[in-house]
Amino acid sequence: MSPQTTPIADTAQDLELSERILAPDGTRVPHARLDAFVADVDAVQLRALHRDMVILRRIDAEGVALQRQGQLGLWAPCQGQEATQIGTARALDPQDYVFPSYRETGVIYARGAQPGDYVRMWRGEEGAAYDPAALRVAPLQIIIGAQTLHAVGYALGIRHESAPEVAVTYFGDGATSQGDVNEAMIFAASYQAPVVFVCQNNHWAISEPVAVQSQYPIAGRAPGFGIPSLRVDGNDVLACLAAMRWALAHARAGKGPAYIEAVTYRMGPHTTADDPTRYRDDAELESWRRRDPIARLEAYLRASGELPDEHLAETQAAADAVAKEMRAACLGMVTRPPLAVFDGVYAEPHTGLERQRDEYAAYLASFEGEA
Amino acid sequence: MTELTLGKALGAGLRQAMRDDEKVVLLGEDIGKLGGVFRITDGLLDEFGAARVIDTPLAESGIVGTAVGLAFRGYRPVVEIQFDGFVYPAFDQIVSQVAKLHYRTQGRVKMPITIRIPWAGGIGAAEHHSESPEAYFAHTAGLRVIAVSNPEDAYRSLRQAIASDDPVVFFEPKRLYHHKGEVDLEASLADAPPMGLARVVRQGTDVTVLTYGAMVSTALQAAEAAEDEGIALEVVDLRSLSPVDYDSVAASVRKTGRVVVVHEASREAGLAPEVIASVTERCFEYLESAPVRVTGHDVPYPPAKLEKYHLPDLDRILDAVDRVLDRPHSLTGADA
Repeated sequence: MSPQTTPIADTAQDLELSERILAPDGTRVPHARLDAFVADVDAVQLRALHRDMVILRRIDAEGVALQRQGQLGLWAPCQGQEATQIGTARALDPQDYVFPSYRETGVIYARGAQPGDYVRMWRGEEGAAYDPAALRVAPLQIIIGAQTLHAVGYALGIRHESAPEVAVTYFGDGATSQGDVNEAMIFAASYQAPVVFVCQNNHWAISEPVAVQSQYPIAGRAPGFGIPSLRVDGNDVLACLAAMRWALAHARAGKGPAYIEAVTYRMGPHTTADDPTRYRDDAELESWRRRDPIARLEAYLRASGELPDEHLAETQAAADAVAKEMRAACLGMVTRPPLAVFDGVYAEPHTGLERQRDEYAAYLASFEGEA
Repeated sequence: MTELTLGKALGAGLRQAMRDDEKVVLLGEDIGKLGGVFRITDGLLDEFGAARVIDTPLAESGIVGTAVGLAFRGYRPVVEIQFDGFVYPAFDQIVSQVAKLHYRTQGRVKMPITIRIPWAGGIGAAEHHSESPEAYFAHTAGLRVIAVSNPEDAYRSLRQAIASDDPVVFFEPKRLYHHKGEVDLEASLADAPPMGLARVVRQGTDVTVLTYGAMVSTALQAAEAAEDEGIALEVVDLRSLSPVDYDSVAASVRKTGRVVVVHEASREAGLAPEVIASVTERCFEYLESAPVRVTGHDVPYPPAKLEKYHLPDLDRILDAVDRVLDRPHSLTGADA
């Protein structure tokens, strides 16, 4: 579990340097330290993780479809990253608080997002997609890496109160180049804040490969800040679950921050505005298709005789139902009236803005009675 | 009433705010044992402990970003940016996060963060230590911007800023940190005028001088000098740069019919052009002449030996007064 300091040569070799429990073909690989964190995980729980991942993939596909049909302005696909998001998020306690980036559809799913929550922001109805207090998830963050500092500040509050909670932040490999992410690690280490950093290394920051962000495995940086880290196979849901349980236990025990680099792959575009065929080749995509996180868990369960047809059918039906609800919620959204554009800028009256609102209201009223 | 320097008044305001609400926490560089480079937080570490007076690593974005997280957790962080020119590394966290989270979440997440900035020039400081960045923040929706000019305002409005559920960028003119004035330490916040109100500092009938921060003192000096020539300047301390209290401003302009706006920040797209545009929209029919700006030049803040040529002084203000009064003035060298 010591951090690797081997330079990244290529994305394929790079993956072999991570910790795993399930090999790409679904074979169970004994792991001296991770196994203990998932010793309790039985076939029922594995099927639940599988179900989560299948539903997430369906939600993601529906998001892409809704965007292509003009219902969403944008969508940030997470296909390929199901194991990282579900595995880590399912390790959280309800009271933990998450500070995500914009790609964490699976994390908000695991935190109890409602069908409309996946699309409200991307449709352009509201700046934030859901009630942060209800999910205990901060609004999806688009500024790269800014949320990592918020997590550390939140964790500082947890520490002041000696609460048994942990703040968790998700970010991508591109974000590790940002000053904020590095400052977050410094602040977290300085104050021994109970925060877990989850870097989803999906290998591409739009068109920039991870080697442009880092010449060494990203998890190798954390010890330099005084933060222990783990580098796991992000397509192995069991390894992700185990790593997150380790990190959360570490933070909850008052030992300060922990860092996980989940090595995974974004199968789709950065967002629906992106064309990945311009910058990456089919062979790479195909090699990652063979590491599919859902297929991997299915192979393991099937080999164990724990993947009954009823489970597959029920899971598919549940995924279809969630997608249907999501579509209905999206199409049923009612855009707020014009003056709502002024709502909520300030918590208290602001005379400058009130004047503008009044002016605009009077302007709108001037059209009343027109045919 | 107690006589305090502006710096001591700010310290007293912080102390009172921390006593009033245990959710108030301070973050900044050197604010603990040192008491801040200007000693504003002197003694607060001893009274409130390291959990509430937090010495931070030297990373401004980190300081403000961490404050955002504390606000998520229900705290009221008060951030000290060590010098005005050091706020730029935190600019993204302030304008993209602090200013917008309330709006993005339709009020579900509050950002009651106060960002204190020792501010502006006139003390012969090194590069990056004399900046006037207020227009950047006044231009940003979601922020309130306050600029204080005297100990009484400093004490009261800092407590009001901390108590506000909105984020406040709070400018402290470092040139005035050692200026003394009477402060009512016992006055209740409930009875105080709101921090957004402008104040007529000196009554006059001929010209309204709109200004804020350290320039209030300079404008008052100009008013003294003008009086010798029989001209009565009305000096208005804006105090709040977002929102600007245009009701008070307009009342003064309607009385005098003439406007000079003074600030040491540079001119283009600054507060003065904005204030003049707004005054013109509201009071055009009352104006006897075109309003005039007296500002810093559109140059990077100059080296200390040159700053006296950059900062508005009483002569430049009087020159502008002559212009709006249609008197001979230096810009034409003759009758206008």
